[in-house]
Amino acid sequence: MEKSNKTNFHLSKTLKSNLITYGIVIAAFLIVQLLINAGQVSSLMKGLLVPLCIYTILAVSLNLTVGILGELSLGHAAFMCVGAFSSSLFSISMLEAIPNSGFRFFLAILIGAAAAAVAGIIIGIPVLRLRGDYLAIVTLAFGEIIKNVVNVIFIGKDSNGLHFSMKNAMALNMEKDGKMILNGAQGITGTPKDSTFFIGVLLILVTLFIVLNLIHSRSGRAIMSVRDNRIAAESIGINITKYKLMAFTISASLAGVAGVLYSHNLSSLTATQKNFGYNQSIMILVFVVLGGIGNIRGSIIAAITLTLLPELLRGLNTYRMLIYALILIFMMIFNWSPKLIDLRKRFFHKNKAEREKV
Amino acid sequence: MMSFISYFINGLSLGSVYAIIALGYTMVYGIAKMLNFAHGDVIMIGGYMVFTVVSTMGLGPVAGVLLAVILCTVLGVVIEGVAYRPLRMASPLAVLITAIGVSYLLQNIALLVFGSNPKSFTSVVTIPALKLANGKLTISGETIVTIISCVVIMICLTTFIKKTKAGQAMLAVSEDKGAAQLMGINVDGTIALTFAIGSALAAVAGALLCSAYPTLTPYTGSMPGIKAFVAAVFGGIGSIPGALIGGLLLGIIENLSKAYISSQLSDAIVFGVLIVVLLVKPTGILGKKISEKV
Repeated sequence: MEKSNKTNFHLSKTLKSNLITYGIVIAAFLIVQLLINAGQVSSLMKGLLVPLCIYTILAVSLNLTVGILGELSLGHAAFMCVGAFSSSLFSISMLEAIPNSGFRFFLAILIGAAAAAVAGIIIGIPVLRLRGDYLAIVTLAFGEIIKNVVNVIFIGKDSNGLHFSMKNAMALNMEKDGKMILNGAQGITGTPKDSTFFIGVLLILVTLFIVLNLIHSRSGRAIMSVRDNRIAAESIGINITKYKLMAFTISASLAGVAGVLYSHNLSSLTATQKNFGYNQSIMILVFVVLGGIGNIRGSIIAAITLTLLPELLRGLNTYRMLIYALILIFMMIFNWSPKLIDLRKRFFHKNKAEREKV
Repeated sequence: MMSFISYFINGLSLGSVYAIIALGYTMVYGIAKMLNFAHGDVIMIGGYMVFTVVSTMGLGPVAGVLLAVILCTVLGVVIEGVAYRPLRMASPLAVLITAIGVSYLLQNIALLVFGSNPKSFTSVVTIPALKLANGKLTISGETIVTIISCVVIMICLTTFIKKTKAGQAMLAVSEDKGAAQLMGINVDGTIALTFAIGSALAAVAGALLCSAYPTLTPYTGSMPGIKAFVAAVFGGIGSIPGALIGGLLLGIIENLSKAYISSQLSDAIVFGVLIVVLLVKPTGILGKKISEKV
């Protein structure tokens, strides 16, 4: 509260902090580009570049829900799933109509983001009425529903146009020249490989721009006030539903963008437990928690580190998830245990004031 | 008609397993106010224990279940003491994520010890199947044992909570931790006891679940765990009869939708029902309404 009369100073501080965040991303991009040009990057690492972008976007967008809005979502991968499938459908059906791959991919990103945002609104309206643990379990339930439903949809295309069914491929009644686009559990094959590292980094910057500007805007402060004290926020006239839904929808649509990158990076796309199930949602949550809940820069660093680490430690691959789990438990106890917090305060007296401010 | 009855009874049996698992969730939630995400994986550990004792060591199924119950009880108490107790006063989000971490840890330990290949589980039930209506309706031994154990566990647990001092202490702790402590109740001990009971039930559930669906992998526990959790929320988390009702309803809905609607969509239907119930009654069927203090 005492900061309000130092607004100018404070603003420049946030701007500086934001610029550092953008700078880290751009610097990382330039270094990687230099290394690629110098021929220092193995093909294995090259294959990881786009997934790195995907996980970074997912982590930043989930941090908006968990850190800024303060609601635990366990269904983030489902929005990614919506974005991935809707954009893939679009790209495949427009393969001939829009030959320019750059423009088509741009539209695909918009479509993926829009579809995920719509899913976010549809899910958010009922879900955000609930609180705490109930909200977490319902987002998990929605995530599983979306993943299951995608697996029973069949879409085909022939000279008569698009066909749709929820039974099986036969029920589409297609002409002989018909082509399956979405084949139930077998998913989509033949999505153009439009995702590149450059576009991924560009999308990270767009994501950061949206999220950071939202946080430091009037709406962002309203969202955080809802997080810190719902009743107090309501009593000063903040429309809780509106701001909750706003944060949730933006977070969902950014996850949709990550989904677009994901689907356009693979030649065949299926919805399985591993890529769009709650395991994936929890994985993203791990990035957010390890990076620091509410800390955007931390999310980026955690997502990159945790995606790279297992690849760098190939020999430890069997222990990878074991180490993940231990780090997760250890970090939570270290960060949140009241006794350890006291202990740390005693040892780091200098930073005490700063610590309390956070 | 006969096929409907048979699906219904199978649903009842699956629902009984869910109810036993859901009891663990609901008791822990009622007392420690936390979602023990790792509960499903304790089931899996119980299943592997029974498998090791029965198939590898060659002992009888009763010994297998007993050893699994002992192991899981110890495991539950250790998990509570090491991972959850330091976070007793921390935010619910921190505890939930720790629980997720424990769940991952258990899965990966099982993966390292037993490998990812599915193990085929020998049923612990030796009762022959029951044939009714001139052999048109067959009820398997597993189904009978599952339903009976669910009823027995329910009766024992309700009596335990109503009639014993420890049970009353549990009620008191779930009502008000601070006041209970002032009355001389050992809060930490009571919470540990709750975890012990919940985990012992998880071991029983693991044995029953793997007898009915005899493939065992490190991920066996996670889906039934999630569904039992849904059942607990469905019936009103924190309420013991709620866990029973939620579990049975969920099992019946799942089996009937698998039979009559679509086997691929049955999970989606189960979760859909949960969402509808929570929207109509945000604290579940038998949940208490919590008024908010400002």
